[in-house]
Amino acid sequence: MKAFTYERAKTPAAAAAAVAGHKGGKFIAGGTNLLDLMKLEIETPTHLVDVQDLGLDKIEETAEGGLRIGTLVSNTALAADARVRRDYGVLTRAIVAGASGQLRNKATTGGNLLQRTRCPYFYDTNQACNKRKPGSGCAAIGGFSRQLGVIGTSDACIATHPSDMAIALRVLDAAVETVDASGATRSVPIGEFHRLPGDTPHVENVLQRGELITSVTLPKPLGGRHFYHKVRDRASYAFALVSVAAVLNEDGSGRVAFGGVAPKPWRVEAADAKMRSGASAVARTAFADARPTHENAFKVTLAERTLAAVMQENRA
Amino acid sequence: MKFETPAGANPIDAMKVIGQAVDRVDGKLKTTGQAPYAYEHKDVPGKPAYGYVIGAGIAKGRVASMNTAEAKRMPGVLAVVSAENAQPLGKGQMNTAKLLGGPEVDHYHQALAVVVAESFEQARSAANAVRIEYERGSGRFDLAKAKPGAQPLTGNDADTHTGDFEGAFAAAPVQLDQTYTTPDQNHAMMEPFATIAWWEGDALSVWTSNQMIAWNKKELAATFKMPPEKVHVRSPYVGGGFGGKLFLRADAVMAALGAKACGRPVKIALPRPFMVNNATHRPATIQRVRIGTTKEGRITAIGHESWSGDLPGGGPEVATQQTRLLYAGANRLTAMRLAELDLPEANAMRAPGEAPGMMVLEIAIDETAEKLGMDPVEFRVLNDTQVDPEHPERPFSQRNFVRCLQEGAARFGWSRRKAKPGQVREGRWLIGMGVASAFRNNINMTSAARVRLAGDGVVTVETDMTDIGTGSYTIIAQTAAEMMGLPVEKVRVKLGDSSFPASAGSGGQWGANSSTSGVYAACVKLREAVAQRLGMDPATAEFIDGEVRAGNRSASLAEAAKSGEIVAEEAMQWGDLAKKFQQSTFGAHFVEAAVDSYTGETRVRRMLAVCAAGRILNPKTARSQVIGAMTMGVGGALMEELAVDRRFGFFVNHDLAGYEVPVHADIPHQEVIFLDEADDKVSPMKAKGVGELGLCGVGAAVANAVYNATGVRVRDYPITLDKYLAKLPAIA
Amino acid sequence: MTDQPPKMAVTFKINGKAQALMLDTRTTLLDALRDHVGLMGTKKGCDHGQCGACTVLVNGTRINSCLSLAVMHEGDAVTTIEGLGTPEDLHPMQAAFVKHDGFQCGYCTPGQICSAVAVLEEIKAGIPSHVQGDVSGTPEMTVLEMRERMSGNICRCGAYSNIAEAMAEVAGVRIAETHEAKMRDGEVRA
Repeated sequence: MKAFTYERAKTPAAAAAAVAGHKGGKFIAGGTNLLDLMKLEIETPTHLVDVQDLGLDKIEETAEGGLRIGTLVSNTALAADARVRRDYGVLTRAIVAGASGQLRNKATTGGNLLQRTRCPYFYDTNQACNKRKPGSGCAAIGGFSRQLGVIGTSDACIATHPSDMAIALRVLDAAVETVDASGATRSVPIGEFHRLPGDTPHVENVLQRGELITSVTLPKPLGGRHFYHKVRDRASYAFALVSVAAVLNEDGSGRVAFGGVAPKPWRVEAADAKMRSGASAVARTAFADARPTHENAFKVTLAERTLAAVMQENRA
Repeated sequence: MKFETPAGANPIDAMKVIGQAVDRVDGKLKTTGQAPYAYEHKDVPGKPAYGYVIGAGIAKGRVASMNTAEAKRMPGVLAVVSAENAQPLGKGQMNTAKLLGGPEVDHYHQALAVVVAESFEQARSAANAVRIEYERGSGRFDLAKAKPGAQPLTGNDADTHTGDFEGAFAAAPVQLDQTYTTPDQNHAMMEPFATIAWWEGDALSVWTSNQMIAWNKKELAATFKMPPEKVHVRSPYVGGGFGGKLFLRADAVMAALGAKACGRPVKIALPRPFMVNNATHRPATIQRVRIGTTKEGRITAIGHESWSGDLPGGGPEVATQQTRLLYAGANRLTAMRLAELDLPEANAMRAPGEAPGMMVLEIAIDETAEKLGMDPVEFRVLNDTQVDPEHPERPFSQRNFVRCLQEGAARFGWSRRKAKPGQVREGRWLIGMGVASAFRNNINMTSAARVRLAGDGVVTVETDMTDIGTGSYTIIAQTAAEMMGLPVEKVRVKLGDSSFPASAGSGGQWGANSSTSGVYAACVKLREAVAQRLGMDPATAEFIDGEVRAGNRSASLAEAAKSGEIVAEEAMQWGDLAKKFQQSTFGAHFVEAAVDSYTGETRVRRMLAVCAAGRILNPKTARSQVIGAMTMGVGGALMEELAVDRRFGFFVNHDLAGYEVPVHADIPHQEVIFLDEADDKVSPMKAKGVGELGLCGVGAAVANAVYNATGVRVRDYPITLDKYLAKLPAIA
Repeated sequence: MTDQPPKMAVTFKINGKAQALMLDTRTTLLDALRDHVGLMGTKKGCDHGQCGACTVLVNGTRINSCLSLAVMHEGDAVTTIEGLGTPEDLHPMQAAFVKHDGFQCGYCTPGQICSAVAVLEEIKAGIPSHVQGDVSGTPEMTVLEMRERMSGNICRCGAYSNIAEAMAEVAGVRIAETHEAKMRDGEVRA
């Protein structure tokens, strides 16, 4: 871990300014992924701006009938919120399927969206990785790729986004609200927040330097039945091979997003339209452009079968 | 004392303390965080500096240059030691790869240097500032590719032939011929490799985490080219080993080098992401099993071949071992072939040989039973043997294998199993049951102890035996208590110090029987000394309830030591009973598994082990050994695999997120039954080990249960859903 | 020598006792406890949030102390395994671990016990879990819930089944999840 200076910011705009004004500045909230990466010198900030005092730890109702989730709301608090459990069950289910109780107690809403990939080649600084060191190549392509992406990937990077929470937010059409050093705010639809790798896999989202996530908003409740089915190699405390976040209606219509398969939560609206035709039709559309490796081709089958399981539960 | 004839009646048989489910005597320390592990000792001369080890970034080649200038300038840095400036090191006999590499690199993450600094943060940061350039060499990283060139072995690992295997197999009306694979596996013990080392003149002391104190002392002396008497090794608490801490490792060598360079104690814990490739692992195997039977199911031919790889000079995974002894059959063949690979060093992991061997053999047995249309329990019972099949004149010392199978079947409700797979459904779940045999040989090792009786009536045991979670503290206390007629509370046990008599150490499931036998021997001597001091006849003196009684006289034990502590030291050595009698442990594993017919997710729902392993010294700690092994077996069956990058030659998933081991949610309530045995041919304790027995066969029982649930046979471990998903029933 | 690394003062309560430290900003809460306060009961198993051995309670909530900077805990109250009980005065969870042999090598044990204490509170507080049938409802105090919630604490010795028994005893619930599980374990049979 490289040496760094540390401050606790008092307001969101001051925090944004502190990071923007510091070459090598970075926000820290829960720290559960950032410190992990700093120990390996994959992340090497020289100045940390701790945002825990910003007061952004509340869940409030919006004028539109949805919820505004402060960026510092812990994963546990968000999953446990009575309104979330009642109206946005897919979000609670996704969060509690991720990480461990200890990590969820510390990890925050904003931080969860900014998690970096769990690709083992990204994590090993001896290996080539375009995401970690732009232009160095991708050791994962042609390597151990069983866990890696099958769609939305590029010749520069086949990593996946590891979040469970974000998959649920995508199916709920959440938006990410930010503030920058000038105090300017904006709202980014979750579907546009994460970027596909293309030839710049190190650019993972649309945030500008010093831009701070202040909250995540949920539109008014969708109704329907909420599912999050996460398939992994062990029963808990593991990243997804494939996960399915779905909100289904009684007639079988609904929407679905997939995790564990792509560099961002994977939702194809055209596939949603096929929900009543069954899992196979949805998967054919959602994964039409899949380009898996020989080690992870099973994920496409698994995604279809997991969606089928969810549909079967909805019928039951 | 030498154990040369079967044990007669002895004081252990009273079983007032031995055989009782005594709580661990170190339990209160461990549950309150008061038991100190290697990195945590405060009994160190001076404030320790912190070491951080730098490992090779390539698997094979040379260090072209190592630039340490920037690191040395960093704050707090005291020394940077590499092969360039370290004293020339020897190599211990037990390591295949050198523990300090450079300029040659033998494997990925081989230690190349250590940075020592005032603080951990400074050492870690400076280690990352050392710049190393490599000349990459070409290496061999693919077992399947290396298999054709793998070489036969000699001595204990040579091929075995009994009767005419080829002829009998060819003539058998029912034949199985299948090939299976097991992956590289990691010990993943929770405590990392860790050492605090310091020099006082030419003497080296270490607090370390090691299973075998006497080996470690010898290997440290060989590495630093110094007399063993100048080395002091202490390892009173070991946070798991599973074979990974049998040998001297880089933490101790680099800490000693760092301490020498900066003239201070140095502490090092290897970072978790570094441990997997830096240290040893259980190597992958390719195994072929051929079984020929009569139509009635009697085995006439059994052949087991195994291929594994290791660095040049290393050894094989002895995966065919059990097949020489487990089942009857006149015509037999085993063969092992060893390929040279440039992956990290392959070496022992819990039940080396039998663990992967039984994972394979017991699927093959299940498959053969199915071909015969026989129940797999019945098939195993039919092919039991009470003698060494290669040497029928040599009986087993005790073999209640059939009872393990039959009692287990009854207890588990095996009769409810449907022979035809894929028949039982609960909603979306497919349910199956599987069985496998458990088998692991008993090994005895020379083991010594010293016992002291003090004037307050407390007996202190000193031996360099280790407790790696196995319960050594407790069963040694129970042994001394039983021998001296005391309650456990009146016994103190001191372990893991090379200044104590050398014990068997912890490995090969020999620790419990051997180390308590050593304590038994020392206590026999102490009893004699006590009786003499009290003027009683040592031959007839009885030690009961804190008293010594002979004829019509009695005295308190404490009285004997009133005029001064009485000390006795003795070693237990072994005669040739193990040659006359095959000494092994037996068991049967039963598993119920559920597989989601849509997603392929597997859940183990019930587990039962029935074990026959001689006298059980403490049913509570022995049961824990077995449930822990069953848990590791679930990992081996369903998830554990070090993924090899065959281009760059390293294990890719080298941390605890990437290498998945079972978590709480994977493991159901587990049941263990121990048959009530006492094996008088193995030791005066009449006990054998269970810690490895519990692992042998579990994986196959899970595999057979998954097959019984799904009807899809997977022959490549681990049995992950990608290997059978496409063959599950079509989805609605 | 280049510049000294930045140091900062931090004051927090460890097991009820105020501690004022001057630390390299890089120091994790875990290393502060072990190397600076001298409380070695909290263990470093992986240092990357992958094992749970470093679990402590901060203001009553369990976290991985390896993934938290000490300087971020100004004013916090931290409870470690040493703060739960001592060999002479065990916490009920510590006593239950001894009774049910819920450990072997002991290295993950302090983290398991800190987690176990917190897990029972989390279930009582109604925090949902992955194994809950209906997340809008209240979780039940069952062994299934405990196993899921304890999954962030790895025990390679494999004491899980015994840890579940220890927790069930402290929680006052039945262990049995299946009829077979009612059978007693570990007995030596003739």
